[in-house]
Amino acid sequence: MPYDEKLVAPMREEVQKIGARELRSVSEVDEALGDAKGTTLVFVNSVCGCAAGGARPALQAALKHSVLPQSVVTVFAGQDIDATNRARQYFGEYQPSSPSFALLRDGEPVYMVHRHMIEGRSPAAVAESLTAAFDKYCGVSV
Amino acid sequence: MTGHVFHPGHHDLHGITVVLETNGPQMFVGRFDSQDEKGVHLIGVSVFDPVTSTQSSEEFLNRTRRFGVKVDRAHYLVPLTSVLQIRPLGDPE
Repeated sequence: MPYDEKLVAPMREEVQKIGARELRSVSEVDEALGDAKGTTLVFVNSVCGCAAGGARPALQAALKHSVLPQSVVTVFAGQDIDATNRARQYFGEYQPSSPSFALLRDGEPVYMVHRHMIEGRSPAAVAESLTAAFDKYCGVSV
Repeated sequence: MTGHVFHPGHHDLHGITVVLETNGPQMFVGRFDSQDEKGVHLIGVSVFDPVTSTQSSEEFLNRTRRFGVKVDRAHYLVPLTSVLQIRPLGDPE
């Protein structure tokens, strides 16, 4: 059951201020990820304080890196359920978890930060994993 | 909301994705929910059973770390007497 939207709104805003475009419907997800060219980071936002409280600052830190994906989008697990389920269909054989990050290149998932890779790690450590993936998959010569 | 935890007062491992090794052949990976007199309650659980699996336990864990937890059971209660070791899935080997 989704949480009260009043509780969730600050978490949405936090991610949007960082620079991620929020996708709240299936059509918005398809528009952003379907037939995509280039690189896209999908952040699966979550209410869970156990991991999401570190994931959002990690995203903020990672997006200050010199090499970035061409677009950054977000869906909210447990809140925008249809949109999140649709986004996960683009993640191939990677299993759903939230919070999580999926890096897509030309529509294919090339890197995933699962929830278990966020739990217990500092935002800086998670950001380091993300920026290493940006360097590997989002640079000019890949 | 950064750093905010919604469920204070729980077990230290609450919400953490763990590997639970048993003193039998089965191994479980799932989110640690709670522990009580009945045992350890896991949520979103992947079950490794060497009798039915084509993978070794090491292959199972490596694949789970890479591709995530493939949920076989929404909830699983592991009796305390069966628990050998519990560690976060994200911990290095």
